[in-house]
Amino acid sequence: MRQVRLPLVGTIPAFRQELRRLIAANIPPDQVIWHRGGIGGGTGTDLFAAPATPLPDGPPIPLARDAATTIETALSHSDPERFALAHDIVLRLHGGTLRWGDPGDVPLRRITALAKAASREIHKMHAFVRFRELDGQARRRFAAWFEPDHPVTEAASPFFARRFGDMDWAIATPDITAIFQNGTLRFEPTADTAPPPADGAEELWRVYYRSIFNPARLNPRAMESEMPQKYWKNLPEAALIPQMIREAPARVQAMREAEIAAARPSGPTPRMAAVARQTAPAPAPEGGMDGVRHQAEGCTRCPLYAPATQTVWGEGPVDARLMLVGEQPGDQEDLRGRPFVGPAGQLLDRALDIAGLDRTKVWMTNAVKHFKFEPRGKRRIHQRPNTGEIRACKWWLDQELMLVQPQLVVAMGATAAQSLTGNGAGIMARRGTVEEIPDGPPVLLTLHPSYALRARSPEAREEAFEAIAEDLRRAAEMVA
Amino acid sequence: MVQRTLSDKLAILSDAAKYDASCASSGTSRRDSRDGSGLGSAGGSGICHAYTPDGRCISLLKILMTNFCIYDCAYCINRVSSQVERARFTPEEVVSLTLEFYRRNYIEGLFLSSGIIRSPDDTMADMVQIARTLRERENFRGYIHLKTIPDASPELIEQAGLYADRLSINVELPTEPALEKLAPQKSARTIRKAMAEVRLRHDAAKETTHTGRAAPRFAPAGQSTQVIIGADQTTDATILKNSSALYAGYGLRRVYYSAFSPIPDASAVLPLVRPPLQREHRLYQADWLMRHYGFQAEEIAAEGMLDLDVDPKLAWALSHRDQFPIDVNRAPRELLLRVPGFGTKTVARILAARPHRAVRYEDLIAMGANMKAAQPFITLPGWRPRLLDAPDLRARFAPPAEQLSLF
Repeated sequence: MRQVRLPLVGTIPAFRQELRRLIAANIPPDQVIWHRGGIGGGTGTDLFAAPATPLPDGPPIPLARDAATTIETALSHSDPERFALAHDIVLRLHGGTLRWGDPGDVPLRRITALAKAASREIHKMHAFVRFRELDGQARRRFAAWFEPDHPVTEAASPFFARRFGDMDWAIATPDITAIFQNGTLRFEPTADTAPPPADGAEELWRVYYRSIFNPARLNPRAMESEMPQKYWKNLPEAALIPQMIREAPARVQAMREAEIAAARPSGPTPRMAAVARQTAPAPAPEGGMDGVRHQAEGCTRCPLYAPATQTVWGEGPVDARLMLVGEQPGDQEDLRGRPFVGPAGQLLDRALDIAGLDRTKVWMTNAVKHFKFEPRGKRRIHQRPNTGEIRACKWWLDQELMLVQPQLVVAMGATAAQSLTGNGAGIMARRGTVEEIPDGPPVLLTLHPSYALRARSPEAREEAFEAIAEDLRRAAEMVA
Repeated sequence: MVQRTLSDKLAILSDAAKYDASCASSGTSRRDSRDGSGLGSAGGSGICHAYTPDGRCISLLKILMTNFCIYDCAYCINRVSSQVERARFTPEEVVSLTLEFYRRNYIEGLFLSSGIIRSPDDTMADMVQIARTLRERENFRGYIHLKTIPDASPELIEQAGLYADRLSINVELPTEPALEKLAPQKSARTIRKAMAEVRLRHDAAKETTHTGRAAPRFAPAGQSTQVIIGADQTTDATILKNSSALYAGYGLRRVYYSAFSPIPDASAVLPLVRPPLQREHRLYQADWLMRHYGFQAEEIAAEGMLDLDVDPKLAWALSHRDQFPIDVNRAPRELLLRVPGFGTKTVARILAARPHRAVRYEDLIAMGANMKAAQPFITLPGWRPRLLDAPDLRARFAPPAEQLSLF
C-alpha cells in the first residue's frame, strides 16, 4: 500500500499532482491510502504501507470541463473515501471505460452526490458567514468564525475576495483560516478558534430580522429546511428565533382582535384632508381633440382595454386633409402609445415617402384603438379584432373624422374597410378604388402594410408594397 | 415629535416593508470588487443570507424610505388612514445601513420602497438619490432593487434604471375594478404604462446606438411585479391570464403573488381571513408551469380555481388521462415536460441519455424524477402503468381528509 499525505492548505492542487504521478506510474486506486493534514506531514500510520518512494511527476490528464469541475468540488467533501473515488473515476474516464454522465455507474453517482453536498455547503458558507468589525484602521478590518460540515473553506473563499475587495477580512474555520489582506488571499492552518467579539451593527441586524418577520405566515419548517439548526450557533440573529415563534400566535391574535373591535374607525385622519387636496387630479381638458382623446384613454366600451397598455389615439395635424386608418395598434404601438411606430409603421413610412406624402401632414389612426393579442410566452401574438370590437371603437373613429374633417380617408386592410364602409370582404379586388360613405369623406381602399410584411413569398410582399405605394400616390393626387 | 433612533426607524420601516414578497437578487450584470476599487459583487445566482420563522429568506435589506403616504390603499399598512407609527429615514441613513449590513455579509443589497410623500416625483427623486450615492460615491456593486412609483416622470424612471439592477411596479390587485375599489389613487392604466416604459428602455439598453457605442445601462435584472391574492374575489384563472399577459407584454422576470395577510390596523373593507398560503403556493407552481413547462394560462386553472390538494401539473394530468401514458424513450421534450414528477432537469437528462441507450425505470430515479408522481403516467422498458384508469387515482395523491376530532 502506498500512503499519500495531502496538506491541509492547498489540498486539491496537491491531489491533482499526486494523481498524475500515480496514473503515470500505473498504481491502481486500491493500492493507495489517502490522508489530509496530519502531524507535520510525517510518515503514515498504516503499518503495512510501502515506504513512500517519491514518484516522478506525470503529465496533465485531459478531462471534460464538467467532469473536472464536479470531481474537484467533490474533493471539498469530508467523506474520507473521496480521494480514492476520484482516483478511480479519473482513471476510468482517462482510459475510456467510463462515459461522463452515465446514470448507471455507481461510483459516478456517488461522486456527483458528494459534489452536490459540498457545493451546497459552499453556498451555505457564502450565506451564513457573519463578519464582525475589528478595531478601526484606514482599511477596515473584519473577522468571522464559521464551522462548515465539509472542508470547503478554500473553495468558498474566492467569492469573499470578489465581494469584499476594499476591506481586509479573515474567516477562521476549525481546520484552516482564509485571510484577505491588501487584496491578497491566503490560507493558513487555524491557530485561534475563538469567535471575534460582537460589533455594534449586530444589534441593528437583529432589529431588522425581528421586524421583517410576518407572524401571520409562521412556518418554522420551511425556515429550518434552508437554515438548519446546526448553523444557528454562529448566526447572531438565530438566538431570537424561539421567542419569535412563541410570540407569533399572540401577535396575530392581537391583530385580529383589533380588527374585530371595528369600533375604532379607520380614518379619516387629520392628514387625509390635506392629502386629498394634494392628490386631486388635474382638471380634464374639455372638448376638442384633446378632450375626446382624454375620454378615449378611459374607454371600456369593449373588453380589449383590460390587458392592453393604453388607448393608442391618432396623431397628426387636426386640420389634415388626408386621414390614414389602419387595423389596430401592434406590440410596439401599444407600448409607446403612438400609432404606426412598429415594423408595419416603418414600412408605411417608406410607402409614404415614395408617394410623396409627408407623414407629419397626415392624420394617422386605427379602426380599433386597443391592441388585441394572445400572450405566448414572452411574446404577444396579434389577434384580429371581431365585429363587436370594431363597432364599439367606430364611435371614436367617427369622433376623429368629425374633428379632422379630411378630404379623403385611406382604409388600410379589411378591418379599416369594415369599420368605414361596413364591408371588409374582398380587399384584394377592391383596393385602389374609392367608395362613398354616408355623411363622410370618400374612402380609398388599400392593403394593410403588415400584409406586405407577412405575405408568404418575397414577390407577394414586394407586390403588396408596390400596391400600397401606388394607392397612396393616388391619395396624394386626390388631396393635392 | 420625539426624535426616533436609527434602531426605532429600522424597526418601523422594515415592518412596513415585509408585505413585499420579492427578494430576488439574481440575474443581473456580472461585476465584483476584486481589484479593491469598491465594495460588492453581483451577477450570479442570489444568496439567501438568513431565513425568518415564516420560512421566507432574507436576501436584501428590504425597507421603506418612509411609511408616510398620501395614498389610501385599503390593503396597505401604510395608507394615510392607518394609525400605524410613522418614520422616515434620511438618505444617508439608508446608504449607511446598506453598506454596514453588506460588509458583514448579512445581505446581497438593497430593496428600497417608499410611501408617497409630497408627490410621486419628489419621492422617486429621493429614492434615485440614494441609489446614486451608493453607486457613485460609495462604489457599491451589490444589488439594488427600486420599487418604482408608477406616476413618476419618465426621466426619473430612466435614472432609476441607470443605478438599479431591478425595477418593480406592483399591479397590486388582479383586476381594474378591484384596484379602483381598494386603491382609489392608483390607476391600472398608469401602472401598465410605467411597465411599458421600463420594458422599452430595457430593450433599448440592449442595443448599440447608431454611433456604435453601447447604450447606457438600464436595470439589467429587468422588472417584476406583485399581485395581492385573496383581498378580492378574483379567480385563479383570471390572475394567471393576467400574469401571462404581463410576462408577454412587459418582459417581466417574475410576477410575485402575495397572500393577503392581516395587517395591524387593517381597513374595515377587507376580509377577515387567514392568509391563503396554500393558494399562493399553487399560484407560484402554476406560474412556474407557464414560464418553464410550456403550459398556457387557460389550461391550468380551467375551472376557475386551482386545486388546493394536488399541484397544478398533477391536476392537469389527472384530468387529461387520455394523453397518457407517455413513452419516456420516444416522447418529445414538450410531452415529457407534462409528466408529473419530471422537472426540467430530469427531462434534460432523459434527452441526453436517450441517444446512448434506452432509459429504464431505475435510471429515472437517478435522474431525479419523483417516481411516485410519475409512475401512473409513463411507459418504459420494464414498466407499464396499471392505475391510469383507476377512479381513485386522485385520492392517492391528495392529502387524506382531516378527521374531525370528537369532543
